Amino acid sequence: MSDKKDKLMNFLADCAVPIIFIGLSAAAIPLSGFSATYLVQEMLSRLARNSFLVLSLLIPIIAGMGLNFGMVLGAMAGQIGLILVTDWAVVGWQGILLASIVGMPIAVVLGYICGAVLNRAKGREMVTSYILGFFINGIYQLIVLYCMGNIIPISNPQLVLSRGYGIRNAINLMGIRHTLDNLIPLKIGTIDVPVATFILIAIFCLFIVWFRRTKLGQDMRALGQDMAVADAAGIPVERTRIIAIIISTVLACFGQIIFLQNIGTMNTYNSHDQAGMFAIAAILIGGASVSRATIANVFVGVILFHLMFVVSPMAGKQLIGHAQLGEYFRVFVSYGIIALALVIHAWKRSRDKIEARKNLRGDAK
Amino acid sequence: MEKINKFIENAGWPRIIIGLFLLALFAAAPFVGVRLDTSISDTLVRVGMNGILVLAMVPMVQSGCGLNFGLPLGIIAGLLGAMTSLEIGIQGSIGFVIAIAIAVPIAAVLGWLYGQLLNKVKGDEMMIATYVGFSSVALMCIAWLMLPYTNPTMIWGYGGSGLRTTISVEGYWLNALSKYIYIQIGEFLYIPVGMFLFFGLVTFLVWAFFRTKTGTAMTAVGSNPEFARASGIDVDKMRTVSVVMSTVLGAVGILVYEQSFGFCQLYMGPFYMAFPAVAAILLGGASVNKATIVNVVVGTFLFQGILTMTPSVINSIMQTDMSEVIRIIVSNGMILYALTRKVKVKR
Amino acid sequence: MSAEVPILRMENIGKEFFGNRVLQSVTFSVMPGQIVGLVGENGAGKSTLMNILFGMPVIQQTGGYEGKVFIDGEEVHFQDPVDALDKGIGMVHQEFSLIPGFTATENILLNRESTKYNPVVEIFGDRFETLNRPEMKTRAENAIKRLGVDISSETLISEMPVGHKQFTEIAREIDRSKTRLLVLDEPTAVLAETEAAVLISALKKLAANGIAIIFISHRLQEIIDLCDKLIVLRDGRVIKEEDTKRTNVRQIAAWMVNRDTENTKEDERKHTDKSQNDTIMRIEHLWVDMPGETVRDVTIDVREGEILGFGGLAGQGKIGISNGIMGLYASGGKVFLRGKEIKLNDPDASLREGMAFVSEDRRGVGLLLDEGIDWNIAFTAMQVQDKFIKKLMGGLVKWRDDKAIDECTREYIKSLEIRCTGPKQRAIELSGGNQQKVCLAKAFAVDPDVLFVSEPTRGIDVGAKKLVLDTLRRTNEEKGTTIIMTSSELEELRSVCDRIAIVNEGRISGILPADAPAEEFGMLMLGHVKGAA
Repeated sequence: MSDKKDKLMNFLADCAVPIIFIGLSAAAIPLSGFSATYLVQEMLSRLARNSFLVLSLLIPIIAGMGLNFGMVLGAMAGQIGLILVTDWAVVGWQGILLASIVGMPIAVVLGYICGAVLNRAKGREMVTSYILGFFINGIYQLIVLYCMGNIIPISNPQLVLSRGYGIRNAINLMGIRHTLDNLIPLKIGTIDVPVATFILIAIFCLFIVWFRRTKLGQDMRALGQDMAVADAAGIPVERTRIIAIIISTVLACFGQIIFLQNIGTMNTYNSHDQAGMFAIAAILIGGASVSRATIANVFVGVILFHLMFVVSPMAGKQLIGHAQLGEYFRVFVSYGIIALALVIHAWKRSRDKIEARKNLRGDAK
Repeated sequence: MEKINKFIENAGWPRIIIGLFLLALFAAAPFVGVRLDTSISDTLVRVGMNGILVLAMVPMVQSGCGLNFGLPLGIIAGLLGAMTSLEIGIQGSIGFVIAIAIAVPIAAVLGWLYGQLLNKVKGDEMMIATYVGFSSVALMCIAWLMLPYTNPTMIWGYGGSGLRTTISVEGYWLNALSKYIYIQIGEFLYIPVGMFLFFGLVTFLVWAFFRTKTGTAMTAVGSNPEFARASGIDVDKMRTVSVVMSTVLGAVGILVYEQSFGFCQLYMGPFYMAFPAVAAILLGGASVNKATIVNVVVGTFLFQGILTMTPSVINSIMQTDMSEVIRIIVSNGMILYALTRKVKVKR
Repeated sequence: MSAEVPILRMENIGKEFFGNRVLQSVTFSVMPGQIVGLVGENGAGKSTLMNILFGMPVIQQTGGYEGKVFIDGEEVHFQDPVDALDKGIGMVHQEFSLIPGFTATENILLNRESTKYNPVVEIFGDRFETLNRPEMKTRAENAIKRLGVDISSETLISEMPVGHKQFTEIAREIDRSKTRLLVLDEPTAVLAETEAAVLISALKKLAANGIAIIFISHRLQEIIDLCDKLIVLRDGRVIKEEDTKRTNVRQIAAWMVNRDTENTKEDERKHTDKSQNDTIMRIEHLWVDMPGETVRDVTIDVREGEILGFGGLAGQGKIGISNGIMGLYASGGKVFLRGKEIKLNDPDASLREGMAFVSEDRRGVGLLLDEGIDWNIAFTAMQVQDKFIKKLMGGLVKWRDDKAIDECTREYIKSLEIRCTGPKQRAIELSGGNQQKVCLAKAFAVDPDVLFVSEPTRGIDVGAKKLVLDTLRRTNEEKGTTIIMTSSELEELRSVCDRIAIVNEGRISGILPADAPAEEFGMLMLGHVKGAA
């Protein structure tokens, strides 16, 4: 009996975060005064826009490396691909394909670097990958702001800063804007459904499901749970960890390209930063933890996070008369939820350690 | 030769490279039309401004709580002190003292809470500190909008409520420390001795603290918590004390910074302020679990030196402003080096 | 039998660790289907011997071994455990190497999963083959069946009782089709009696199928029940190789601990009779929750000015006693010092009452590795007793008196012959023996009435060993300090202590004077309580 109760409590504890957010949204939606169709349209397009990025976080979590704050590296690779494709004036879905092809090798290299660095910082992967993101961001700026336009030839003057080199702050992606979303047009009532993007996301989900069934996926699950045991069983730990990060980085690269084709403009020096933070906040809101995440967490998280994202400024305005307030609330929630998830994870871990010791206790009184 | 090797080993390659780079910048300055005396005085002013913020890293590092990425918490306390002092409106140094007097208790309370949290999450302090810092900054953004301050120089002109993003302390306590004793040589060389004296005083207090019984216990907690526990030390209490100290120092540090800078930056201003301080102390030779006063002084000087010199010198050479990018690469590269280094030594 | 080639033969195996000889000309062989019991005290060399057999990297790193290992009559040199596995040698360790969130099947087949081909493999390599779950299940179930136990292949390890975990691990070795020699290191230590019985019958079944087994255990009755022959190791030598049918528990215990006492005689001190001394400390129903060294119920009186020894096999709880009284692990019961009850679970209280502790975990608990010798020695005294403190501003500021610390450190460096470059040298740079001397100095600096010393000679060289033991004796004689010493080395206890209490399964199984015959101690260690049995 108590076992059942325990299970129920555990289930509720696992779902606490999503439940809180459902409650928050339920209160905020009527306040904001948005129509249902508007919200459905928004959620559909945001789901298409963000899911891929968030999904890219799954594999490192399986491999026990925590939240991959290093996914911004992949986002940067995708952006470099997009800059070049825009310069070459390749448009339409071909442009997206080409950007992915250009971005992928960069993402592989960056992913390898990231994996190798993280292997030197076992046990503090998250903070290291986080700082690594900043560090590579510096290099990215060095390349995009100083090398592009003189060392790397950029012919389209609309991309280049007036001083003759360096890429402008905002790039218009007119050529590829919505080309993936509208590849297979479908309209239900007044709502546009980005079918092709959803197909891609579905394929990706299938990939993850399939991947977990491969030998490599099994190895990752093993070392995610106990690195020492996996090592003793002959699984190449360091190599497998690097592969996990490379896969994640490459997928983040594709994810960022999908994200930006939906947005239509690229904020050269900021887009990738936000990509990482929003993706991580979303997966956590979906009920994932640092060590456990499912595909369902991703979709629930994206919907809840963006629902709050859309609704909170209006709700804030209606409630207190300050749109800015909702804006800040949004920022607070994004960071706060990450902090909270990390605290819960660390606290749980130390509690588990004590539990494990209790098991060793034998029958001492 | 052996001496040189020993020196390199003691100082560590990153410091030597950065040091030589800084030296080269100073050497090159006159040739590209940058005045050396202006550069030196700029560097010194920045050292004085940032010194205490860097010093705020020391207690937490020493007690084993890791690098204090949660510095924004202390900064928020400092800002609350500054705002309240401005609201009261007393000018001159007394206003500055009032700001400190208000900020310190707030910082102590915040630090105590923050310390309790960090004691629950041993081993994961740094990542959590980062996000606690971030979320507290975001929470304060809401507070800045709502708090009932009324001084017209502080609040938005139109809405009639909510604080501005940047608030000048001019007319209140601009240069409250710097103006008292300073050396002005010629037109360009300016040394704010008053600010340095204050920095020196705070540094001395921290140094002295680590020479006392409690300070010794704190160092031992950071060095080996099990040893400390076996010697009858309350490890959690020591850690909490160190977090309170770090937070209070952060609050004082930001006030010193503002009185020299002339402006208080609210809202997202404190957001990234932990990173330069962390980078500076690491540049000074500290590791994730060991930091000294020398690390603070050397690190602050090197880091601020680079920040001052790169815009002027590099920009003159290359006709472009690369300072921001260099700052990002150097500071994060330094943190990355420190994070990946310790594990290697452990093996 | 004699015509058969032994599956394993180890010939003249010897091993030195940093000049410390742990194995000397060990020779034995194992036939297919034979079960060999390996017994010996902790530190007798069992683990080192097995490490050599498995080609563990630690052996290579410390200069290799002497002698030859033959498998099926062919000499082999294993570079790492994978080589040994390839030759069909499986090992089940004391600690479980299982993944808690995996099912029994997944653990049994860890990194040897059955896989299916798919086209992706052509691009990305073999690791992208998908798992063949049905086949894995069949294989796992086969392995479990061969053991003759009933475990569901789909149960998660984290939800299994401890005995099933042990079986899962053995099943993993059985699934290797090549496994012909299985080494089990204390497999029954964690099992209940009924589970142990099941395991023993399972092992017999395996042996009947032709798998040879080396069985390491401290439970001698099991050895007699299960094994065909047994080998007794002592101080790195094979003392006895005997058919189990022709021996009994008492005899084996004697083989394990008996030594030629001749050469230690001169080292032995005269035991003054302290049985009339007052009781200084009274321990009542103490329990301590120390992982791996659980103390269950200990009651004992300690006499003023005596040296009391706690002996017993590893994992039985002897180390837990001192750690519990000093507040390092959760504990309960009552401890009185001079009639006054000591607050447990509070190291500060224990220290203030005049007790000091030299921990067995030198590097983990005993030392500040990154700080100088001076800090290491002075720290506890400074914190607990306000020694080495200058009070400034009317006692408001407690200033560290570095000069006094330096003087005191120099004194101890001289009196304990600590070899170092000076008081400022970091503890991490010292050798094990010198580190131990620093730990002792730290305890002496608080000038305790009762001194706990745990495994004082573990991992230090012979010279330092003698100095450490002499120092303890001298302190006891000159200052009258009561010393409670815990050690795994019975001989050491017998040479230093007045009385020795043997701890077994978290309880005191008997207290003997130090000059009682070794055999008596051996029986107590193995849990054969005198009188009760």
